[in-house]
Order: sequence, then structure tokens, then C-alpha cells
Amino acid sequence: MRETRPTVHVSFDGVEHEAFVGESVLECARRCGVTIPSLCFLEGLTVWGGCRICVVEVAEDHRLRPACATQVAADMEIKTETPRLRAYRKSILELLFAEGNHVCAVCVSNGNCELQDMAVFCGMDHVRYDSQAPPREVDSSHPKYVFDQNRCILCTRCVRVCDEIEGAHVWDISHRGEHAEVITELNRPWGESLSCTWCGKCVAVCPTGALSYQGRAIGEMEHDPAMIKRLAVARNRGEWLDPGVMT
Amino acid sequence: MSKTVTIDPVTRIEGHAKITIGLDEAGKVDTARFSVTEFRGFEEFCKGRLVWEMPSLTARTCGICPVSHLLASAKAGDVIMGLRIPPTAVKLRRLVNLGQIIQSHALSFFHLSSPDLLLGWDADPAVRNVFGLMGAEPELARRGIRLRSFGQSVIEAIAGRKVHSPGIVPGGIANPMTAETRDWMLVGLDAAQQTAEEALELFISMLGKFEREARAFGTFPSLHLGLANDAGTWENYDGHLRFVDSEGNVVADHIDVADYREYIGEASRHDSYLKSPYFKPLVEDSDDVFKGVYRVGPLARLNVCQTMGAARADEALQAYRETVGGTANSSFFYHYARLIEILASTELARDLLNDDAILDPMVRATAGINHRRAVGTSEAPRGTLFHEYQVDASGLLENVNMIIATGQNNLAMNETVLQIAQEWIDGHDIPEPVLNRVEAGIRAFDPCLSCSTHAIGKMPMEVSLLDHEGAELDGVRRG
Ligand code: SF4
Ligand code: SF4
Ligand code: FES
Repeated sequence: MRETRPTVHVSFDGVEHEAFVGESVLECARRCGVTIPSLCFLEGLTVWGGCRICVVEVAEDHRLRPACATQVAADMEIKTETPRLRAYRKSILELLFAEGNHVCAVCVSNGNCELQDMAVFCGMDHVRYDSQAPPREVDSSHPKYVFDQNRCILCTRCVRVCDEIEGAHVWDISHRGEHAEVITELNRPWGESLSCTWCGKCVAVCPTGALSYQGRAIGEMEHDPAMIKRLAVARNRGEWLDPGVMT
Repeated sequence: MSKTVTIDPVTRIEGHAKITIGLDEAGKVDTARFSVTEFRGFEEFCKGRLVWEMPSLTARTCGICPVSHLLASAKAGDVIMGLRIPPTAVKLRRLVNLGQIIQSHALSFFHLSSPDLLLGWDADPAVRNVFGLMGAEPELARRGIRLRSFGQSVIEAIAGRKVHSPGIVPGGIANPMTAETRDWMLVGLDAAQQTAEEALELFISMLGKFEREARAFGTFPSLHLGLANDAGTWENYDGHLRFVDSEGNVVADHIDVADYREYIGEASRHDSYLKSPYFKPLVEDSDDVFKGVYRVGPLARLNVCQTMGAARADEALQAYRETVGGTANSSFFYHYARLIEILASTELARDLLNDDAILDPMVRATAGINHRRAVGTSEAPRGTLFHEYQVDASGLLENVNMIIATGQNNLAMNETVLQIAQEWIDGHDIPEPVLNRVEAGIRAFDPCLSCSTHAIGKMPMEVSLLDHEGAELDGVRRG
């Protein structure tokens, strides 16, 4: 069946494409096969727009905008690859690496990490900032999972997936600025949480080694963020409901 | 006026060390001090981390013999989980340790020590290194390099799933062995064994030249510590602790590794980052930790066991015992013992590989945190290694203590340096060949002091003559 949604024309790096009204620049780019890197964005969850890896330039004012949180508009001229964008993305990654403890060689997610992949993709081969890496506690109190704050990049995927898909809302962000951190159960050890259902969705979507399964040695953690898209699509279609009950 | 000679840093050992020799007023060697000026305090660094991460953390922080740390740490992890790991996992861990012993001993003998043994202590330092060896004995040098690389391939196949992903984990081994891997290992073992036998033969044929070294390279009575088993065979992975004395009498036996603290004390010295472990019962209330000096490593292991548990190596052990007089007390024989261990490792590895159980895919057990304290040991190429962990209920490290082999030989290395200095130093200068002998005495222990391999033999070396107030009277630099 043909899509009947209204469309507008946009261009990515000079090439014209058709965009659906209301979709984001990132969604449109992905549909059209244009690569824009992203980190906090995850299909199936609400948009957070926090990491700024997905920045693009829009011709009218040359402002940088997060592709995941910017809606397409008619005749938008979007640039996805410019020296300026490359420099910004690199700096953002360097700041993320400098902020926490990202000694990949001893990380559970080494080799299976979106942050690491992003660094490779964006050509970030060294960090110009001094490493901050304040020692933060590892929470290993949950029988199935481990939360290592030192590797967290505050993408909030865990917060969103737990709230929006699982409906448990175990996770929150507390504090601000450099003190910001994700917490469980209003800042109680995860293992003492009464609302955690042990579903593991947060662990599946975490882009880094911050969330992992108990007992995993270095490099043994593999995440499955695509699972959330499958769940979200299925839920939108009501796939698991008894057809007789569907309205 | 008394003088102090400082050799700093020692070359062709792994890490940085400093030797200080004090002369008395008559110009005779009075004191000798071997100290380590660089050591990484990674015990602090591990606190708050998870027990599952410890094998890799410790292997990375002290990367000279990573397999030994992986094993000791994984074994401590097994204890924390309260696990008995699958039998095939034990076999694979043993196999990887044999690979480690082969590669590390090959490095020590062929790359680091044979330039002295074959080219002579007095040879020009510019050629007295592995490249000089290449020129003089190309076939031997090549075989040594191949032997080492074979040992490394064994390690890589078992311990390195891919780069940075160690296959030795608490609970067992991450990946089972494939038939293909077993097959190439079996093929490679023949050449490895042949090289070991030839090196042994060569070393024995040269022994006559080294009578003075055998007498003065750290020949003194001491205890010897190693892992032991009830069968009396050479043990390198499991078992209990055994101390024997300089005559081979068993001083303490069947010590559960978890109780090591009752027998081993650790003294810290102001001039060295290396702790000096000693045998507690012999020191008791006295201040003299030298009373409790013991040695670990190849020399000690061969003193601790009755047999090697391998046919060819046992023949070699018999000949060795005839030469050294039963129990070896000269540190010079570390080289000899090392070669016998390489030979035994090739034979024992073949036995493990010829057992079809080695291919069993059941190689990993899992469990949660069930114990708060654990001690893991392994026989590193350089000697017994201890990892002691204290964890909280969720498996986070609260306390870490490690005793490394080189530390345990610290007191013995001091004795060795003193003895060599007394034997060869005469007057107020130290000619290069004498310096080299002092270093070679240390090298016999194959110490792994921190993280760099100085295999080239012409590293910068500083010799200072200091008066009793610490002012430099004279200085020699090389490199
Ligand atoms: S989370 Fe990713 S980037 Fe950070 S240490 Fe682990 S592997 Fe490296
Ligand atoms: S724990 Fe993982 S998913 Fe949650 S905010 Fe941190 S990095 Fe993102
Ligand atoms: S992916 Fe767009 S801001 Fe993070």
C-alpha cells in the first residue's frame, strides 16, 4: 500500500529526498540511506536529544541541530558531513571518554560497545582532555545485573526503556551537571529494588559497559538494543493481544 | 673511606632495578643491596571492582606473565563462587600454564641469558646480546625464537579468544578447544621437545666452564617453596604448599594455600618497592628476616618435587641431581632447572593433548558470590604466585594482596649479589665483565620487575661510586 502521508522536499548534502511531514531529520536520513551517527537515540523509545552526536548543519542559519530532535521542514538543506561537524562529534566523544573510566582493555563490553564503535566511526583516536574518571561505586547488588557508573554516558536509554516499554520506572537521573548520575529505585541499591521486574531491557539497550550481566568477564558482554524496536513495533501493532480482544 | 658502587639500572632483566655495593675501608665488599625502583601498586587500583574482572585487570596491570595472573586470579574467583570447575577446564588451564612456562623460560634462556653463557661474560657488550647470539649461533638462536613463539601460540589459542578477551575466567575457561587446535599443538610439540633437549645437552656440555659461577652465583643455604602434590610429581597449577630446606628435608608440607599467611611474612624495606617475603616460623621474634630466606621458581620447584612425572625430563632430573648434589643451592642452576622444566612441559602438554577429554565442550561453571575470602595460586615461570581477595556480598573487591615470585626471591637476590661482588670485585673499580656478572646473578632468577623487556643487552647503565655521605666520587655510564 502506498504511504499517503504528506511529504516535503529536503536535501542531504546536496541530494534531494522526499521527507514525511513530522518525521525527524534522523528518521528521514535513515529511511533514505543517509548515515548520521547517533548514540542516545534508540528506535522505539522517545527522543532524548542529549548526546549531540547526531548534529547536522541546516543551511538557512548554519546552526547545529540534533538530527534526532529536529523535525524536517520544506526545502530544508541539511549537511551531515562537514569539517565542522566532524570536529564537533570528535570533541563530544573525547569529552565522554575523558569524563568516565573508559579503559576499554578491561571492560566487559570491549568489542561490543556503541561508544567504542562511535569513536572508530568518527575517527576519534586520542583524547585531548585530561581524564576525570572520578571513582564511582559499582552496584553489583542485583542478582542478575551489574551497574558500573564509571562507564555510564548518561544517554538515559535505561531510564526511558524501563519507564516507556517495561512500565517499571526503576531508573532516574539525579543531580546536575558533572554530578549527574543515573540511579535505581530513588537511589537505593538495585538489588533492593521492589519495582525492578528483572526483565533486563535496560541491560539490553545500554550502549556501553555500564550495564552488564553478572559473571561476565572482560569483553563478554553483548547488548541487544534492536530488541526494543521489535517490542515497540509489536506493541504498536498489538501483536500479542488476542485478536478477539483488540478494538 | 668506605665506598658505595651503584649499578642502575640493571639491564636484560624485565623492569628497573638498582644495585648498590658498599666497600669497606680496606676496599673489600661489605654490603650489597638489590632494590627495585619501580613497581606498580595495583592492589589499591583493584578495590571496588568486580571479581569477574580481576583476571584481566591483574594480567594487564602486570603484564610480564599475564597467564600466571589470569590463573591465580581465576582460581581465587573459583573459590569466591565456591565452585569445582569442570575437569576439562582444569586440563586446559594446566596446558596454558605449560605454554607459559615454555615461552617464558625460552625467553629467559635463549634471549636473555645465553649471550653470557655462550659468548662469555667478558665478551664485548655490543655483541653480548641476542643479536650477537644470532651471529655466533644462528641455528640455536632461531630455535630459541621458535620455541618461544610456540609457547605463545599455545597461550593465544587457549587464553586469548581474541585480542583483550582472556579465555581464562573464574569458573573455568571461556572457550573449549577444537580438534584443529589440538592437532597443530601436537605437531609443534615435537620440535619444541627437540629444542629443549638440545639446549639441555648444550648447557650440560658447558657446565665445566662455569665452575666458578656455580660456586659463587648465589650459593647459600635457603628454603625452597613450591606447589606440591601427593604423587610427588612436579606441580605447577594446583596442590598445596611445601617448603624444603637446603638439604631437601621437608620443613612444612600440606599447607593449604588459603593459610599462606601463617607461613609467609612480608617485610617492607625503605629503599625498595618490592616486598620481601620470608618464611615466618624461622624468623618469629627476631628482626632478621634473612633467617627466613627462601627461593621460588624453577630451582625451588625441582627441589620440592620427587619426580617430573615425564619420562625424558625425569632422566634429565636424575642427571641434574647428580650434578647439583641432590638439592640445588646455587642460583646459577636456575638455568639448568629452567631447561628441564621446558622439557617436562613439552612432554606433559603432549599427555594432556592425547587425552580426548581435552576436547570436551563443558569447560565453564557458573555461580554467584558464595565466599568472602579466597586465595588463588599458580606456579608462574618465576615461582609461586599468590592472589588473595576479600569481597563484599556482591562480589566487589574490598582487599587485594598479591605476592609475586620476584618478591619472594628478593632476599635471595640480595645474597646472590653480595656473593658475586665478594668473589669478583677487587679494588675500587668495577670492570665491565664484573658488572655483567653481578647483573647475570640477578638474571639467573629471571626477575620480572615491572613491565618492560630489555632484551637488547645494551641498555643505559649507570655505575656510581658514592662515599658514605652519598656524594658521587666516580661515575661510569654505558648505553
Ligand atoms: S564502555 Fe565502551 S568505551 Fe567505555 S570502556 Fe567499555 S568498551 Fe570502552
Ligand atoms: S547506564 Fe547505560 S543506558 Fe543507562 S544512561 Fe548509562 S550508558 Fe545509558
Ligand atoms: S542521538 Fe541525537 S542527541 Fe543523541
